[in-house]
Amino acid sequence: MSVYRSHVLVCAGAGCVSSGCVLTENALVDEITTLGLDKEIKVIETGCIGTCDLGPVVLVYPDGVFYSKVAPEDAREIVREHLYKGRVVQRLLYKDPLSSQLVQTYGEMEFFNRQLRIALRNTGVINPEILEEYIARDGYEALARVLTEMSPQDVINAIKASGLRGRGGGGFSTGLKWQFTHDAPGAQKYVVCNADEGDPGAFMDRSILEGDPHSIIEAMAIAAYAVGAEQGYVYVRAEYPLAVRRLQQAIEQAKSYGFLGQGIFGSEFSFDLSIRVGAGAFVCGEETALLASIEGRRGEPKPRPPFPAVKGLWGMPTLINNVETYANICPIILHGAEWYSRIGTEKSKGTKVFAVAGNINNTGLVEVPMGVTLRQLVFGVCGGIPNGRTFKAAQTGGPSGGCLTEKHLDQSMDYDNLVALGSMMGSGGLIVMDDSTCMVDIARFFLDFTQDESCGKCTPCRIGTKRMLEILERITGGEGRDGDIEALERLARNIKQTSLCGLGQSAPNPVLSTLEHFRDEYQAHIRDKRCPAGVCQSLVSFRILADKCRGCGLCARVCPTAAISGKPRETYVIARNDCVKCGACMDKCPFGAVIRA
Amino acid sequence: MTTSACGCGGLHTDPRLPELEAVLSEFKGNRGALIQVLHKVQSIFGYLSDEVQERVAEALDVPLSEVYGVATFYSLFSLKPQGQYKIGVCLGTACYVRGAQQVLNEIEKQLGIKLNDTSDDGKFTLEVTRCIGACGLAPVMTINEDVYGRVEVGTIAEILKKY
Repeated sequence: MSVYRSHVLVCAGAGCVSSGCVLTENALVDEITTLGLDKEIKVIETGCIGTCDLGPVVLVYPDGVFYSKVAPEDAREIVREHLYKGRVVQRLLYKDPLSSQLVQTYGEMEFFNRQLRIALRNTGVINPEILEEYIARDGYEALARVLTEMSPQDVINAIKASGLRGRGGGGFSTGLKWQFTHDAPGAQKYVVCNADEGDPGAFMDRSILEGDPHSIIEAMAIAAYAVGAEQGYVYVRAEYPLAVRRLQQAIEQAKSYGFLGQGIFGSEFSFDLSIRVGAGAFVCGEETALLASIEGRRGEPKPRPPFPAVKGLWGMPTLINNVETYANICPIILHGAEWYSRIGTEKSKGTKVFAVAGNINNTGLVEVPMGVTLRQLVFGVCGGIPNGRTFKAAQTGGPSGGCLTEKHLDQSMDYDNLVALGSMMGSGGLIVMDDSTCMVDIARFFLDFTQDESCGKCTPCRIGTKRMLEILERITGGEGRDGDIEALERLARNIKQTSLCGLGQSAPNPVLSTLEHFRDEYQAHIRDKRCPAGVCQSLVSFRILADKCRGCGLCARVCPTAAISGKPRETYVIARNDCVKCGACMDKCPFGAVIRA
Repeated sequence: MTTSACGCGGLHTDPRLPELEAVLSEFKGNRGALIQVLHKVQSIFGYLSDEVQERVAEALDVPLSEVYGVATFYSLFSLKPQGQYKIGVCLGTACYVRGAQQVLNEIEKQLGIKLNDTSDDGKFTLEVTRCIGACGLAPVMTINEDVYGRVEVGTIAEILKKY
C-alpha cells in the first residue's frame, strides 16, 4: 500500500461538474504526473463539498488549504507552486465577503467551521464511487451491529430515543413511523426512500445521493430489518441523472460485497433494493402520490388515513422516509441515541441541512444544529448579501412555506418555531431575497408553480389555486382591484382547509405569509399601481431625470418605438403610452439620467 | 403522415422498431412498469406518438386511456416531436430570484419562438425545467445534457451559437 504525502480533493458535486471541475481535475492529474509526483500525491474526486458558488473547488490536505474557482491553468499552478515548492497560491484563496480577508484553510472558513456535518459526514470527503472509502469511514458497521447485536425493536427504540424527525418537511417522529410499520399486519412489507426532492431551491438530497450513496443503502437495510421488509425502492426524480447513476453503481457494489441480497452478514435477513425514476411531477414528492407512481399510475394522492405505514405499496405496510432522514440513521446507531439527542433543541433534535440560495454570498449546502438563528445562517455562515444590497426576506419550505423578514433574524430555526412564525422547515431550502425582489411577484411565482403542479384530483386545489393565481396576475399586471386582498385571504382559508393533500393545503402559504409581512407592497400595486421594487413590468415606468439629462438625444435614437422626444440641450421626455419598457434608453444614457421606477 | 392499411402510421417500417420490441418484451404484462417503459420508449423515439402508446398498452396489458393518462400527467413525457436540442431554462426559486425570467425572455426573442414551441428548422425546443438542484450556479440553463450556470442575457447568443 502506498502512503501519500498529500491528498488533493476535487469536488465533483453536480454544481462543480457544471462549472468544469473535470477539466480542472484532469489538469491536476496531468501536471502531477508530468512532475513525477504521482506516487506521493493522490487526487480524489469527492461529492459536494457545499460551496457550490465557488466551484471548481480544490482542497489540499494535510494542510487543509481551500482553493476556489480553480480553472485548469490555475490547477497546474497549484501543483507547481504549492505541491512541488510548498508555496500556497494566494490569489486562488477564498476571500471572506464581509471582512475581505483572505482565508487560507478550510477550518478557518466560517462557512465550514460553524457546521456540524452528520448527514453530510462523507459528502465532500470520500470518493462516492469507491466502496472501500465508505467502509474506511465506518461504512456498513452500523448494519453489522444491528444484524448481530440488536433486535428489530431495539433498533426502533434507538431511533425513537434519538428524537429524529422526518427531514422531508413533515417533521413526524421517525421512530414512531417505524413502530407503526413494524406493528402493521401484512404479508409483505416495503421500505421506500423519497428522493423526489421537488422543492425548487433544495438540493441536499441530491448531494447526499451523489456524494454518499452507500449511507442511504445501509440505512434502508437497517430500516427494513426493523420493520420486517425485504424489498426497498428509492424513488429519484428524473431531473437528477447523476444521482441515479451513482446510486445504481453503489447498489451493484453493495450486492457484490454481500451488503444487499440474501443472508446479509450471515444472518437470516435478506434485503433487495431497486431504483424507480420519476417523470417530472412535483406532487410525487407527496408520499401517497409517490407510491402511486411506483405502481405505474398517475401521481394522484390518496386520503389518509390509512397511512402508508399501514396500507402503502400495493396495499401493504410501507415505510417511506426522506433521504436526509435516512442519512442520520447510521450515526445514531453507531454513536447512540443519547449523543444525537444532545444536539439541537428540546423538540427538534439533531442537525438540519440547509440549501441556501438566492441573493446570498455563499450559496451552497450547510449542515447546522437545529436551533441556529436565521442571522447566524445568513450573515454568519453564508456571508451576507452581495452587491451592497439589503436583506428583505428569506423563504423557507419552498412553495409550501412562508417568508421570514428582518424582524425574524434572531429566531431559532427549528420545526415548531418556523410553523409558529407562519412558515415551515420543509426540506430545508432557504432562498434569500434582497431589496430588489418584489414580494407580490414572489407570491405569484410560487402560486404559478403549485397551480401548474396540481394533480387535478380535488376541486379546491385544482380550481382554487387557479383563481388565486388569476387575482395575483391581475395585481402584478397593474389591474388590481379593491377587494382583491380579501378575496385572496378567503380563498386561501378555504383551499387550506379542504384540499386533499399537502400540496393544496400549503399552496396558499406564500400568499398568506407575504400578505402578513408585506401588505403595503400589495396595496401599492393595487391602489397606486406601483411596484416599489421595480420588478412588475406593467407597473414600472421609465423616466428621464431633468437634473441629470444633458439633452444629447442618444436615448431618442435607440428607442425602438420613437417614444422619446426633445430638443438638443433640453430635457428629453418619454411618452408613457408609446414606451414598451425595453430599457434601451437606460442602457444607452451615459449620464444615468434615465431611471426605472 | 402516410396512412397505411394497418393504421399504425408507418411504425412497422420504422428502423427503431426492434429496439421498441426488445423493451416491450422485457416488461411484457408488467403494469407497474409503465413509467419505466415510457421513459425507455421516449428515449428511443424522442416522443410518445399515438401508435407507440398503443403498442405499449398492448404489451403491458394496460388500457390505452391509462397509458395516455400517465403520459399526459408527467411533464417529462412529450406527445409531440421535439427539436434536436432541448433548451431548458430553470425557473426554480433560486434561479428566478437571480434573473431567470429575463434569460427566458431573451431566448424567446433570439430564437423567435415562444415557450414550449419548437423552432421551424426543428433545431430547438424551448422549455422550462423544474429546479435541477444546481442552485449555487443560478441562473441555470440546460441544452440536452449540457448545463450552463451563471447565465446572463449577454452570454446567451454565444451559448446558442455552439449548436
